[in-house]
Formats: sequence, C-alpha cells, structure tokens
Amino acid sequence: MLPRDRVTQGIQAAKKPALVAFLTAGYPTREGFQAALSAIASAADVIEIGVPFSDPMADGVTIQRSSETAIRNGVTLHWILDELAACKGKISTPLLLMSYLNPLVAYGYPQLARDAAAAGVSGFMVPDLPLEESAPLRDAFANEGLALVQFVTPATPADRLERLCKQSQGFVYAVTRTGITGGQSELPEDLTEYLSRVKAASPIPVCAGFGVRSAEQVRRIGEHADGVIVGSALVEVLEQGNDPAEFLASLRP
Amino acid sequence: MTSMDRDALLQALLDGELPDAQGRFGPFGGRYVPETLMPAINRLTEAVETIFTTQAFQRALQSELTGWVGRPTALTRCDRLGLQWNAEVWLKREDLAHTGAHKINNAIGQALLAKAIGATRVVAETGAGQHGVATAAACARVGLPCTVYMGAVDVARQAPNVDRMHRLGAEVVSVTSGDRTLRAAIDEAIRDWVTDPKSTYYLIGSAIGPHPYPLLVRNLQAVIGQEARVQMLDRAELPDAVFACVGGGSNSIGLFHAFLGDEEVQLFGVEAGGTGSALGQNSATLAAGRPGVLHGANTMLLYDDDGQIQETHSVSAGLDYPGVGPEHALLQMIGRVKYVSASDTESLDALDELCAMEGILPALESAHALAGARRWAQRNPGTRILIGLSGRGDKDMPILAEVASRKENNDAAA
Repeated sequence: MLPRDRVTQGIQAAKKPALVAFLTAGYPTREGFQAALSAIASAADVIEIGVPFSDPMADGVTIQRSSETAIRNGVTLHWILDELAACKGKISTPLLLMSYLNPLVAYGYPQLARDAAAAGVSGFMVPDLPLEESAPLRDAFANEGLALVQFVTPATPADRLERLCKQSQGFVYAVTRTGITGGQSELPEDLTEYLSRVKAASPIPVCAGFGVRSAEQVRRIGEHADGVIVGSALVEVLEQGNDPAEFLASLRP
Repeated sequence: MTSMDRDALLQALLDGELPDAQGRFGPFGGRYVPETLMPAINRLTEAVETIFTTQAFQRALQSELTGWVGRPTALTRCDRLGLQWNAEVWLKREDLAHTGAHKINNAIGQALLAKAIGATRVVAETGAGQHGVATAAACARVGLPCTVYMGAVDVARQAPNVDRMHRLGAEVVSVTSGDRTLRAAIDEAIRDWVTDPKSTYYLIGSAIGPHPYPLLVRNLQAVIGQEARVQMLDRAELPDAVFACVGGGSNSIGLFHAFLGDEEVQLFGVEAGGTGSALGQNSATLAAGRPGVLHGANTMLLYDDDGQIQETHSVSAGLDYPGVGPEHALLQMIGRVKYVSASDTESLDALDELCAMEGILPALESAHALAGARRWAQRNPGTRILIGLSGRGDKDMPILAEVASRKENNDAAA
C-alpha cells in the first residue's frame, strides 16, 4: 500500500469521527518526543507532527511558542526524521509532517521524499504552499507515494474547492474558520453548510478543525466530517505535562 | 545561465512580460500564502490588472501625488560633496516627499486601491516606522482605519515615528514575538490579514511578499526613477552610476526601473553590511543569502541549513530584513544590478558627511546608498553619480544620540 493510502484508510477504518492529533516535534522537550508520540498514537487515528519554523505566519500563540522552544531545543527536520526512523515499526498510526515550505526547500525535495518515506512518514501538509505552487514538491512526493494534503477554507470559492479536493491526497483539511491556529473556540454558525459542501466536492475523507478543544465540538464537527483535527489544545496538554492519550480519549463522543 | 538567457530575461522585464501570469520574475516570486489568503490575493491581482490601470484611478493617483505628496521631488546637485568625492553628485530627494520618505508613493497608491476594492480596514507592518507613518497618513487621507504592526525593538529605537502614527490616527501594535523587528512585524500583519481577508487590506510597505505586491509596489515607486531620469537629462546627462539602498528594496526598484534599459548606466543596490559578514551580523541578503521561501515569495533569503530564517542586524531598522524583493533577486541573477554592502560605521560616516557638506540629514537607510556611492567614486574619479536619498533622518535622532554616547563611552574607556 502506498504511504498516502495508509492515511486515507486510517481515517476510513477509524471509529467516527477519526481523531487527527497534532504535536510540535520535540516540544516541550526533545527527550520526550518518542514517548509523546507513542502515547498519542494509542489514542489518535492520524498524527500530524509539526516541524518547527522561525516564522509560523499561519499559527497562533500556542504553536508560535512551541515552535520557538523546539528550535531552541535543537529540533530540525533531520532530527525528526532520524527519530521517526528509530521508532519505525513501533507506531502503526499513520504519520504526517506539517511544515512551512522553507525547511523543505533547505532539505532538498528528492532527498526529503526518500528520507521521509524511509522513516515511515505517509505525507505532508504545507500551510504556505497553495496548489498553484505545489507541482515541484508534489512531483517529488509522487515518486515515493507520499501524500500532499490540501487545505480548504470557508472562503474558498466553489470552483477552487472542487479543484483542491480533487488534488488533495490522504484527506482534505477543512479549516473551519479564517484566521490562525488555536484561539477562539466557538464553531462558526455556517459550519454544517460549509462542511457539507466540502464533503460533496471531495472524493477522499474530509477532516476539519481549527481551535478544537472540547468533546462537544468534536461531536458537532464529526456529524459532517470524517475526522476532527486537534492541534493547539493538545500542544497545551503536553506543555502542562498532562497525559495526551487521556485528553484525546476525553474528546471522543 | 548564458548571456543570451540573461539578455532575454532583461528584455522580458523591459517589455513588461515579467512578472508572468504566475507572478514570477524568472525563478523568483510567486504566491506562497495560506489557502485562506488565496481568494484575497486573486482579488487583488484582478484589481491590479483592472482598476489600477484605469484612467480614472491613475488620474486620482496623479492628483494625490502632485497635490498631497508634493511630487515631483527635487533633484539636488551636490557641489561641495562632489568636490570632496571628485565626482558629480546628484541626489533624488525622496526625503522631501510628504511624511519624509519614498514610502508615501506606495502608501497613497495602495490606500486608494484598498478603498476602490471595498476594504473597510487596513493593516501594515513597519520597520523604521516610515511606512507606518506613510500608511497612517494615507489611510487618514482616504478615510480608512488602520493598524500598524511594529517590532518591539523598532518601537524603542524609532520612537518619534510611533508618536507620529498615533497622531495620524493609527493603532500601533508592538510585536513581541519572533525577532521583534520588521520580520516579526510582517508575520503578525499576515496573521491579522488571515483572520479577516475579506474586508482587511494588507498594505505592504516594500516590493516583497506574494504576487501581485512586488509588481504593485514597484509600479507605484517607479515614479522616482521616471522623474529622476527626466530631471537628469534636463540638467545634465544620464548618470554613469545610480545608487540606492536595499532592504526589501522598494525605493531602489523604483529608482532603478527607468534606467534598466540604459545600458551605459551602472546600477548599484547597497545592502546593510551591519557589523560584519557572519550570519546575524548584517542584512546583506543578496550578498550572503540563497533562494528560499518567506512571506509569500521565493526569493533570496538569509537562513541556516535547516531552513530557519536568520536574525539580521543593521543600525538602520528599515534595512533590517532577511529577505529581498523577488525582482532584485532576478536583477542580481542576470547581472543588471550589482549589489554591494555598506557597514554601520561607513553609513554613519556618510550621514555626517552629507549633513556637513550639503545641509541634508539623510535617513540611516539612505546613508547606506551614500556610503556605497562614496566608495565607488574613490575608484572611479570624475564620474556622474545619482543617489536615491530615500528618506530624511529626523526619525533616527534617538539612534544617532545613542551611537554618539556609546562612542563617547568607548573613547573615555580607551
């Protein structure tokens, strides 16, 4: 099975809604990364691993803070892939890397695709890479069967939504509101209508989220999407030294 | 790259074929933004192609440039400085434009565009504060509320401009994240824009960012070079060399553009050499950087082997930026513009010299162009040199006072 299909299958095989959990690699500590990963793997259906970047322009304060600290802790993309290679086989949950583009540029696309596939990574999501600019990275990933997940937002026009959903791999990331990650936690009023539109346009599973932090939100999003993405809230749980698996379990309806 | 490729790219640039439909200047440029911003970027691209080019818009802009900004700005011949340098020295005086720098050319143009496309508020970033002041003034002029993001380090070192922004009705947000200078201010302005891309207009201050900003800002700043070229031909001949400082690169691209086709005119961009050549000691992106992606564009950047953007240093807040406009990256690649750097010390000396010789206090940014030109004049005696004096130095008084007192302390210690 291609790495990218493992993501799709992981979501389809999960108890609805699937939980997609985000953590910043090496935060709060480098030493705790593998343990955090294992704990999250026991409770999530897909894991997004954040590659820290110096200029996270689409992220709110929580992920800004975790990225800054992780960089200070010496976390790099090379280190992350080494760590993942070291625990390959121990974690069966599909893994995605979430990274801004420049760390990937610095690594070099062909080498990155090979190393990521070898480390057991199923794909990437790149918040500052719109579809129009994605061909070189997409081509490099295609050789290894890695997914490049596309984002859609409530502001995406209908024809563009169609195109993004067709091109997305693994799943479609439906951002539930405009803005940066984390922050306000109320779900938008037109959530149902929006997610129904995305679902109708997408041939693959749709996972939604932005600022999700309660079981009630997971339930509501889960009525209209295949999976729910939990990011900043989980990073804060790890930050406070609490059990991420327990937190994720508490979000299940 | 062959010289034929280089000539073809320059010709394409001169013919207006670059940026292309993807917003690319050769390999540089593009639109690397979060999906949330794509509808806004597409809307703006359409507005730049339609509204901006209409006669009505251009007439309104022209009327603001003459009646409110005070264009054309003067071209000043500097005989005493010229005698000192053994050169014929001319200054294009953007320091005489309203609010004291070239930034106003761009700010008023984009504020008019923001209004025309129905935006209800404006956000902007600022380094030295000149773009913030220009945006605050332009927004007051067209009647739009505005919020200016400014790094906490810059808020401290450019205090007079913070007061001016407040006075002109802008909300100033001190940015304490990231490197707390221009780069962090841009990150924060983009975060604001992402939150409400429909009614918020991001009024970017330099020829950087995702397409169409580098094109839009260059077109609004091109007036500098267009005027200067006519003024030079009126009063002398074309210059042998043109110098302008380069941070993001808006005043330089504006000055250079009219001269790109004049083969005999050498063009020089002067970056901030700071205190040394190591990473973190300067902001000499074109001299020391490599291609990468930041703030929406593929361009030359200062970053480490892991892709992390590097902190920069310059005595001048306006040049303290790890990236550069994509069009400059192309001009360097094809060799049409040479990029050099001037250190903090050389620039401070050049500032003092212009004060003493010509009675003009330049901005610290502009002093870098003077320093670069002075060094070139020493090796090329008897030449005619045009220098972009991008802004006035009143805003730099706190820094200049601090530098002076540091020097006194050092002298006392020695």
